[in-house]
Amino acid sequence: MTDITARVTMPTSARKGEIIEIKVLARHTMDRAVDAPGLKPSPRRIIHSFRASYAGEEIFRMALSSGIASNPFISFTTVATETGVIAFEWLEDGGAVYSRAATLVVT
Amino acid sequence: MRAGAALLACCWAVTALAGDVRAPRAFLSPELRTLQDDPARHPGWLWVEQGEALWRAAPPDSGKQACAGCHGDITGMSGVAARYPAVAADGALLNLELRIERCRTEQQGASAYGYESEALLSLTAAIAARSRGQPVNVRVDGPAAAKLADGRLLYSLRQGQLNLSCQQCHEENVGKRLRGDVISHGLGTGYPAYRLEWNGVGSLHRRLRACSLGVRAVQAPFGSPDYLALELFLADKARGLAVEAPGIRR
Amino acid sequence: MPDKAPTRRMVAAGLAVMPFAAQAQPIASAAADVNRSRSSESFADAERALLAGRTPIAAGITLDVPKLSENGNSVDVLIRVDSAMTREDHVRAIHILSEQNPYPRVATFNLTARAGRAEVATRIRLATTQNIVVLAETSRGAVHRAEQEVIVILGACVDGG
Repeated sequence: MTDITARVTMPTSARKGEIIEIKVLARHTMDRAVDAPGLKPSPRRIIHSFRASYAGEEIFRMALSSGIASNPFISFTTVATETGVIAFEWLEDGGAVYSRAATLVVT
Repeated sequence: MRAGAALLACCWAVTALAGDVRAPRAFLSPELRTLQDDPARHPGWLWVEQGEALWRAAPPDSGKQACAGCHGDITGMSGVAARYPAVAADGALLNLELRIERCRTEQQGASAYGYESEALLSLTAAIAARSRGQPVNVRVDGPAAAKLADGRLLYSLRQGQLNLSCQQCHEENVGKRLRGDVISHGLGTGYPAYRLEWNGVGSLHRRLRACSLGVRAVQAPFGSPDYLALELFLADKARGLAVEAPGIRR
Repeated sequence: MPDKAPTRRMVAAGLAVMPFAAQAQPIASAAADVNRSRSSESFADAERALLAGRTPIAAGITLDVPKLSENGNSVDVLIRVDSAMTREDHVRAIHILSEQNPYPRVATFNLTARAGRAEVATRIRLATTQNIVVLAETSRGAVHRAEQEVIVILGACVDGG
């Protein structure tokens, strides 16, 4: 898999100092490890981490377990400081990293 | 005398309900209703997102155009889902899924996606989402009349080891509790829907297969004439109610 | 990239994949801890490890979870911690723990003062009716704790899908 479907919902602009809300959804089955009698064993394959950076500096990070629902939803906030790129990364078991980015215009 | 009274009571019940068919969203918990209305949190929009990408992408190796090549922007699909299922020129009753599959094989020279494939669900969800909020308005005259009659018959037919018809739950016991659920009118206006039970989006036929299983009846295949006729009947029953797709269901 | 016009319009978009070479400065790393969580670790062990000898304050957290969950596959969790979120005093980690799931450590959020508010939300899986525990660690070393029971109710129409 080279990419996942992801949605980012946030304002395109904000006033300096304003707290904005960022909501992200990613399509992922968040497969738990299967290791039970009678079942074909399979390794865990989940999004284990999510992180967001704003103009190059990390502002938020989340560690996810197999206790997070499929198609993980995450909501967090940040203070609008400067016009810049907010970048998002989803890290999957096995090493794949999926990314999205959006620009926040600060006035 | 008793039979007459029972018949009268029965007729009264049916007419009282006919004018009082509530939308599926009315049976959702406030939390799920809020979620259904919030694209920032509703995971079904991930399928819409993917469907919109498929709409713009030409099928590989076919040399044919993308959906968008003939139909233009997907916004032009507004209102289409509200008119499905519909009878095609060759007399076949097609729901949105099968209509898309026909386009794939006949117009785009590509292989069918396959019923319940992620691609078909995504494209169906993306097209259906363009009719969100619009009233269901299927044709039931002309060649559709016989299909509607088939659907009505299936709806009232007792099935399975539990010997239950759709109607017994979804007309005669609407609003009552069944374990943790409230029995709804059983309408399909939210499909394809994201069902928590499935952890993903599924078609109305997948839901109907679950109903068949629930009454311990034989499950018909996806896209079967029986489920198509039932889908048309349910759409006629939902006439005037808003398309909710992509819905959120338990 | 989406529309760059400085409007207040909300974007809800599959944003263009943009390779970025930003040198993100990692903040406190919790991923390792959550991912080290084993089913052999009990809920009590996990909580004890996170508290690290500190006594939690049973105040300061609003834990918004449904009292009745319609399906354990997806349970909304919203957490708000009272904090000025200043550089000197802010919430730096929020942990979600489950008493009855196979893995007690469900998630850890790492925040900085730049969040402005200590408010996060996600959706979790619950194996069964149980208590959800939230621990919030501040930059000054304090730990706040909140707990809420969630009853997972069964629907009538399960199809094993």
